[in-house]
Amino acid sequence: MLETALKGSKKYWILIGVLFGLHGIGVTAFLYQLNKGLTVTGMSRDVSWGLYIAQFTFLVGVAASAVMVVLPYYLHNVKEFGKITILGEFLAVAAVNMCLMFILVDLGKPMRMLNVILHPTPNSILFWDMVVLNGYLFLNIIIGWVVLSAERKQVEPPKWVKPLIYLSIPWAVSIHTVTAFLYAGLPGRHFWLTAIMAARFLASAFAAGPALLILLCLIVRRVSKFDPGKEAIQKVANIVIYALIISIFFVLLEIFTAFYSQIPGHMHGFVYTFVGLNGYGNLVPWTWASAVMAVVATLMLLCPPLRKNETTLAISCLLVFFSLWIEKGITLVITGFIPNPFDTITEYVPTLPEVAITVGIWATGFLILTILYKIAVSVKEEIAS
Amino acid sequence: MYNKGLVITGIVIFVVFFTSPFLIGLVKSGPPPEPELSPKAKLAKQCVEAKEYMVESHMQMLNDWRNEAIREGKRIYVATDGKEYTVSLQNTCMDCHSNKSKFCDQCHNYAEVNPYCWECHIEPKEKL
Amino acid sequence: MERSRRSFLKILGISTLGLGTLSAVDLLAKAEMGKAEYSPNPKGMTGKRWALVVDVKKLDEETTQKAIEACHLIHNVPDYGDEEEIKWIWTDKYEHVFPGQEHAYLAEEIEEKPFLLLCNHCSNPPCVRVCPTQATWQRGDGIVMMDQHRCIGCRYCMAACPFGARSFNWKDPRTTYFKDKEPPNPKYPTRTKGVVEKCNLCAERLAVGEMPACVEAVKDSKAIVFGDLEDPHSEARELLHERFAIRRRPELGTSPNVYYIV
Repeated sequence: MLETALKGSKKYWILIGVLFGLHGIGVTAFLYQLNKGLTVTGMSRDVSWGLYIAQFTFLVGVAASAVMVVLPYYLHNVKEFGKITILGEFLAVAAVNMCLMFILVDLGKPMRMLNVILHPTPNSILFWDMVVLNGYLFLNIIIGWVVLSAERKQVEPPKWVKPLIYLSIPWAVSIHTVTAFLYAGLPGRHFWLTAIMAARFLASAFAAGPALLILLCLIVRRVSKFDPGKEAIQKVANIVIYALIISIFFVLLEIFTAFYSQIPGHMHGFVYTFVGLNGYGNLVPWTWASAVMAVVATLMLLCPPLRKNETTLAISCLLVFFSLWIEKGITLVITGFIPNPFDTITEYVPTLPEVAITVGIWATGFLILTILYKIAVSVKEEIAS
Repeated sequence: MYNKGLVITGIVIFVVFFTSPFLIGLVKSGPPPEPELSPKAKLAKQCVEAKEYMVESHMQMLNDWRNEAIREGKRIYVATDGKEYTVSLQNTCMDCHSNKSKFCDQCHNYAEVNPYCWECHIEPKEKL
Repeated sequence: MERSRRSFLKILGISTLGLGTLSAVDLLAKAEMGKAEYSPNPKGMTGKRWALVVDVKKLDEETTQKAIEACHLIHNVPDYGDEEEIKWIWTDKYEHVFPGQEHAYLAEEIEEKPFLLLCNHCSNPPCVRVCPTQATWQRGDGIVMMDQHRCIGCRYCMAACPFGARSFNWKDPRTTYFKDKEPPNPKYPTRTKGVVEKCNLCAERLAVGEMPACVEAVKDSKAIVFGDLEDPHSEARELLHERFAIRRRPELGTSPNVYYIV
């Protein structure tokens, strides 16, 4: 099937070229970082994780969200999703790839990465994250590829793939749970030390991921002859709004606990992100942008005419995606380090090389996504004709 | 066979590309250099173990040394001949082999290996 | 096609077997060599739970500087003085050392006093719990060790440590801080960029029967006392029995082994 990715319109090749160019910029910046060390980033002794780990965290959610189309289709026989499960799975593949790349560039000694396998350490959540992420990657590659191949030959997919599909459902939940555990189990980081962290992660993931999937479906319909189907998109939109409301609800729960209990450590993080703490407030505009976008998107999605109209739906989905990208891809991780263990504040601003590497990885992910979607769409078009 | 010409050219390019390190090595390399002993090393006559073993396995031994010293807290090496040595690259090995450039580097350069020991461990000062 | 695939698999199998045999031969060779043994230095200090008791009353600017300098010279610790600072042992004010326990009417003497800070070598260390490669682990004597050979630089331990005791080498100390000056101790390594480091309670000195550098440096004032808490007759244990001492953030359950007499 790979050959279908080698034949495409001029626009397709321009897109590939642009993404490849950005990938190149990212690689160049990464080589620079390898040479100089992570000093080229904005991270510091106090804020020791930054944009990279935050992007990783957000993208684990995008990856996990594939389950939101797979589960209804395979467990509840929601026929509309039959056409788009492959889009969900391939999105997961691209997202997990980005996750792995973001971890790689965050390591101080990336060439020693395999020490995690050479000296397996089950008490480390990071070890389990490596296990579940790689497992999820392979599950989705195999499932997506096998099912699509069968579809192309217009036969039933082989029986052995069914158990893998069922396995991929809890596995999707596991990747984001384990990622939440990275944060939720650390003593002294009050902003992260919350039992509903995994639940929050899943809720925001099931809003952001499917929102992106809707946008991708709309793009696919526009640039190809394959139509994911209006009903499927509407059903995904329902998932987005439910998940978004639950996600906002969870954040409000956190805020209640912090501010009703009035325990300083629990309040500091929220104070820092929403209004600034002791005169430091780099994240305040981001936090409010995220909050406003989430509220506007909720209202828009709750309003049936706006949800059914695909233009306003697309706008809502963009708002959801960027709102949650800010929440998980910026504020949540950085605020965990503020204030530091000495109750003082060091702020964090990413540097140019750091941003270049981040953009490069996003571009690489979208390059993978473009190629996989091209294959999927070509197969769908082939069957239709 | 389809596209015979293309396929064969492809294979040739592949083979040449992947064997290029060996090919370049064949052209570039002369006879292997002999490690030079410092006066102190010459005087000692034997390293912690037999010369053949050291030539073949010093990297493995250094790996064991660092694990035993740092991780197991066992900082004394009782050699096969019963002699005891302090387990330390920087303070034991290099104390004797103080001529790093002639003893370590020229061979490592020849073999194109680049051990990262010296990113942390301080090399002995050599009289030039 | 089917056949060639099968023969390919066969070849693959045989070569795997071959590789296995090779490593077996390798093992045999090692067994032959293997009369060599490793042992700890008999002069080394042994204990079950090393701890430090810091008598804050005896600390002043000068003594703390002596302790810090001794440590940093012996371990080749660079002094960047910026946000990428490496900290093995350092000072801070009460409100930063015991955040949440300060109040507006704090005794003046305490408020401005320099508190010595270092790794707490916790009995239940979260940094060890999270490390994915066992690059940091707890020894039998309680020391939380760091193996810079193994560290991949993920910095999970830095997020996990509630005491800010861990530092990351954002840059290469050799090409930055020690570019124009020699590392002060030629017997001890520096670090490389991309690994985490922290106080090792002078494991390399204990191994040859010497006191930790900071303790040694201020021994005249007895401001820092070192000892084994499992040994009821150790100096540290006796001191704790006599004087009231506190630890940093005990509520987190890490059980620090650095005590402060205030």
